[in-house]
Amino acid sequence: METNQHSILLTLQPGRHDGDGQRVAADAARHLGLTTGQVRSAALYAVRYPGLSAAQVADFAAACLQDPVLHTVAINELAAPTGFQSYILVAKGPGVTDDEGTSAQNALGDFLNEPIDTRTQHIFSKRLYWVEQALPAADLRRIAEELLGNKLINRFEVGAVADGLRDYTPRPGGGADARTETIVLSGLSDEQLLQLSKDNVYALNLPEMQAIRDHFDQASLREERVGLGLPADPTDCELEILAQTWSEHCKHKEFSAVIKYKNLETGAEEEIDGLFKTFIKGATSEVDRQLRANGNDWLIKVFSDNAGAVRINPESLFVWKVETHNSPSAIDPYGGAITGILGNNRDPLATGIGGARLLFNTNVLCFGNPDYDGPLLTGQLHPRRIFEGVRKGIEDGGNKSGVPTVNGAIIFDDRYRGKPLVYCGTGAVMPMQLAGKDSWEKVILPGDRIIMAGGRVGKDGIHGATFSSIELDEAAPATAVQIGSPITQKLAMDFLILATRRGLIRCSTDNGAGGLSSSIGELALIPGGAVVELEKVPLKYPGLKPWEIFLSESQERFTLAVEPAKLDELLALGREMEVELTDIGFFNAEGSLDVLFDGKPIAGLSLEFLHEGVPRKTLLAEYVKPTAQEPALPPVLDYNDVLLKLLGSLNICSRESVIRQYDHEVKGRTIVKPLMGATGQAPQDAAVVRFNFESWEGVAVSNGILPRMGDLDAYQMSAGSFDEAVRQIISVGGKLPNLTPGDNIFWSVNDNFCVPDSVYDPAINPDGKQKLAKLVQMCQALRDACAAYCIPLTSGKDSMKNDFKADGVKISVPPTVLYSMTAKVADVRQVVTSDFKQADDVIYLLGETYDELGGSEFYQLYNELGANVPKVDFAKAKALYTLVGEANDQQLIQSSHDLSDGGLAVTLAECTFGRDGLGAELDLSGLPAELSVNALLFSESHSRFVVSVAPEDVPAFESILKDRATRLGRVTADGQLRVRHQATELLSLNTTDLRAAWTNGPVNQTIGLEPATALHA
Amino acid sequence: MAEHEQAAPKALILTGFGINCEEEMAAAYRLAGGVPTIVHLNEVLHGRVSIHDFDILNFPGGFSFGDDLGSGVVLANKLRYRQTGTDGRTLLSDIREFVAAGKFVLGICNGFQVLVKLGLLPNLGGNFEPEVTLTHNASGRYEDRWVRLVVNPVANTPFLSGLTTLEVPVRHGEGRLVVPDAATRERIVAQGLNCLTYAGYDDLETGTYPLNPNGADLNCAGLTDPTGHIFGLMPHPEAYLAGCNHPDWGLKKRRGELKDEGEGLAIFKNIVTHLQHRAQEASASVTHA
Repeated sequence: METNQHSILLTLQPGRHDGDGQRVAADAARHLGLTTGQVRSAALYAVRYPGLSAAQVADFAAACLQDPVLHTVAINELAAPTGFQSYILVAKGPGVTDDEGTSAQNALGDFLNEPIDTRTQHIFSKRLYWVEQALPAADLRRIAEELLGNKLINRFEVGAVADGLRDYTPRPGGGADARTETIVLSGLSDEQLLQLSKDNVYALNLPEMQAIRDHFDQASLREERVGLGLPADPTDCELEILAQTWSEHCKHKEFSAVIKYKNLETGAEEEIDGLFKTFIKGATSEVDRQLRANGNDWLIKVFSDNAGAVRINPESLFVWKVETHNSPSAIDPYGGAITGILGNNRDPLATGIGGARLLFNTNVLCFGNPDYDGPLLTGQLHPRRIFEGVRKGIEDGGNKSGVPTVNGAIIFDDRYRGKPLVYCGTGAVMPMQLAGKDSWEKVILPGDRIIMAGGRVGKDGIHGATFSSIELDEAAPATAVQIGSPITQKLAMDFLILATRRGLIRCSTDNGAGGLSSSIGELALIPGGAVVELEKVPLKYPGLKPWEIFLSESQERFTLAVEPAKLDELLALGREMEVELTDIGFFNAEGSLDVLFDGKPIAGLSLEFLHEGVPRKTLLAEYVKPTAQEPALPPVLDYNDVLLKLLGSLNICSRESVIRQYDHEVKGRTIVKPLMGATGQAPQDAAVVRFNFESWEGVAVSNGILPRMGDLDAYQMSAGSFDEAVRQIISVGGKLPNLTPGDNIFWSVNDNFCVPDSVYDPAINPDGKQKLAKLVQMCQALRDACAAYCIPLTSGKDSMKNDFKADGVKISVPPTVLYSMTAKVADVRQVVTSDFKQADDVIYLLGETYDELGGSEFYQLYNELGANVPKVDFAKAKALYTLVGEANDQQLIQSSHDLSDGGLAVTLAECTFGRDGLGAELDLSGLPAELSVNALLFSESHSRFVVSVAPEDVPAFESILKDRATRLGRVTADGQLRVRHQATELLSLNTTDLRAAWTNGPVNQTIGLEPATALHA
Repeated sequence: MAEHEQAAPKALILTGFGINCEEEMAAAYRLAGGVPTIVHLNEVLHGRVSIHDFDILNFPGGFSFGDDLGSGVVLANKLRYRQTGTDGRTLLSDIREFVAAGKFVLGICNGFQVLVKLGLLPNLGGNFEPEVTLTHNASGRYEDRWVRLVVNPVANTPFLSGLTTLEVPVRHGEGRLVVPDAATRERIVAQGLNCLTYAGYDDLETGTYPLNPNGADLNCAGLTDPTGHIFGLMPHPEAYLAGCNHPDWGLKKRRGELKDEGEGLAIFKNIVTHLQHRAQEASASVTHA
């Protein structure tokens, strides 16, 4: 050990509860089948401040790190407690974010009352586990890698206590490496171009590589470059900038491509001039026209900037965005999810001028079955680890930022076991005016300074943008993984809110995928050029090449455009709020992105070539109708048994253990939470959040996603997902937009497509045309749905390569689309929750039931898919939603729950979960006689609700809903769910048993909620 | 100012470094008739804002410094050690004077953790040394759930006057109160410093999870110091300012019993009213002198 390095070991005093140690012992037994005996956990710090004595370190540890009630502290001593024979040390790899170490540095600075360097790492935090049993190193390593960390970001030391403990402290960086290389493309063959693209993770295809080669082959350009002091051939920095800017992740090439679409069913052929232009932009233009024609002008900003914006009222805007973070979550679930949340938070934060106040997060997750027991491919993590890691990332990302996670969904399908889908959504509120300027506009003038704000730059996340644009394989680069620091971001967020309100910032953007290259490259389009002086960028540690500094995706950073006259005041505010700000260049109108390092040019790219030079793709799509048939099920079913099984099935069962670990009510504005009622166990349809404490206006938030339906019909899957999101908001009392002139009820949908590689290749992707046809159909449904309901898309994202490939096997996600929906609610006190409230309230089914069991959870119980996919009738749905809105205007509905997974039977059961003792007595004889009992109970036909109405409101209610409502029965006080059809009793179950089946389902088992019986002890 | 008008009590609400419940806390004071001011901690540490210009010093919830070294630890260190001027003063010395002047301190969740780690609570010895601690929940998990609290009838803090029960959310991973020994426990109980207790629907104290969500000693959810001027609690009364924050507000609405105002507001109204009365009495006694 070096003389200037000291260690501090904090162990729990005897008799103190060691929850961490107990958890490791229990998980090792449960998930790995290893008997560890007792496990004791300890915190270990390496302190590497020059000039700090062991005595000072001891004083610091006693004063600042040790909890006198809990801990024993040891300095420079790592002795094991008696009786413990093995150890596992979990450290962080070089350059990995270490917030705990940084916090200790802050504490040390306070303790010494001296200004010490807290921006680079001098204190390193680790965890140490003492294991009672003498386990072989291989078993200890398994515990370390599968339960305690991830080998991509952690370093582990394991062994026998008797052999002495091997400590490890990271030593990031290396020698300074300011070299910029020149890469000659001239004369390279097609194969060589492709090889270069692959070797450097450019993720560019042959026409793109050729376009770059040809660009740099122009004699006039070569001459001009030499005149500017650049090499005639491109530099590594320039190729990296082009690869990032042209990446699928940043340029959405496949959504812009020309598609030749052939319908083999009808023989029709058509050419689609880009999915984005045709279906997404086209639909929103049409919706905007309808809105404006009706005096509704709340649609402020769509498809430009980091997030879309709609107007809440004359004073404020609602800004929101949903994105995915799939590839990083596959290889490091915790880091992938937390950077997903924090990165998505930065989008609304840095929309327009910047400084929106975050209001909520919503997350939708798609995983493989956590109980999957098949083989794992090289580099593939077990679905349970992905689930648990992502869940923890969302917990820390949301909770530590003070942003409530108000709702979400978890979908299980084994096709997500290679690459999970992690959708992160964030809503925010922004004043219409900030310091007298329109807040949503991004203005930059030549001469404005470029300021980097927030965290420092390291090697983390290099190639994230290009990496996420290719399929994942076993050779995933470790540098693509990053760990977010919610606390660093919270400081930057607080700073941004204040700085924008004081008028110190012209505009802001976030540094996400592609880092400075992406943020400055895009902002430069506004004034028409930028010059970056890269050596000024503060680094976490030395040893980064210039292009790495420019491309690094180190988190928690914003790029700000600042008027020179405001710079001093801004920098002073940064110092006061302890947010690091660095002036790294300026904007101009020269038409290019110029990057210098120590005064020497290392990149000079015309903005036109950078942003418009990418060749347009042409892709092939071919629709083949899937063969499907309705299954033969056992003729006689015990429906009580079926319902209990459905409630305990993976896609329906309670998510309470996950939900409760997210703070869903920080900020004090959450009105409809994920679980409600006296029991706190009634699942709700949409979240409702009020905007502030001065008014009762709020926003409803929902998510629609139905991947399995896509196996039968991609159009109906997409249409149904959209309808699901709409009806959830209608269910809580939202009203459709644009029904009356100037009603000013904003609605906004974000589309997020996550599909497998859909580019046809005879060798590696032979069914690419069929996959692309599904995407085309999903987009067609989106267009139709937006136009039907008059709901604009304000933002969205597409993730096109959701495949995991290793050992010669490819695991592809099913084509998936998530529609995240928000709508203004005029008065949150008027909204409706899903649970039955009072005995004798009358229960109705609203909407129509069809024989649509295809893709249902009911069929899934029998491992069947079926054929009759639920179809959306937009006109009928819209008419019903309008009537429901009228009934809600008169406050006639006491509870409302939309029908989805598991159909009517599951919905009825869930409506009883809100309070002990309530039940329901129903008769389905009023429903169409031609429907089978299976269809009556379990069909997943869209656009339906179960509502309850107070007896005195029945006449008024029926006069509005008329034949769209079928009276089923009433709420009872006997705690039984009884459902009859004609003379037959279909269901008769105690509602406590129903709730127990749901609560004790596999999700709560996996995440480890206390069993339901204990909840009522 | 008109002669009869009482100046509304002034609440200083600290923020920065990961504190994140400052907005709802300010709203609580505003709705209760007080005047809240949200101030970044550095403005106080750098001497630009003095706590002595306020009546109530508030430490809101959140994750100060990410809770990386244990909840509230780094912030408590800053208050105890960071010198605010050249004379070696710290914010803790200011807080001592603030309390000695008869003013009030409130800490919620992370703020409560700070007060405990700083030794402001329970402060049995009167010398601001840590005597108890708050650590990881027995469940090992962070949880957001609503709990029922009963108010200790012998508690003597104006924050809780007139209250017997309260339903509020807990949202924490480190809310388990650990009292190191029986003697300390007895002194806390004897003085009624364990002012809030987790309870079942029968209003009886309980250690059963999840009614007691964290396994706290004494089933204790909140503490006061012996003077009743310093009060801290794990649950979030500032998250229940509107009737429709409650998870079962739908039933109240069905019965026509839903109020605009949430039960959590009572705590803030109590302290605001108490300070107003005290000011009235003071001015009355001056008048009669």
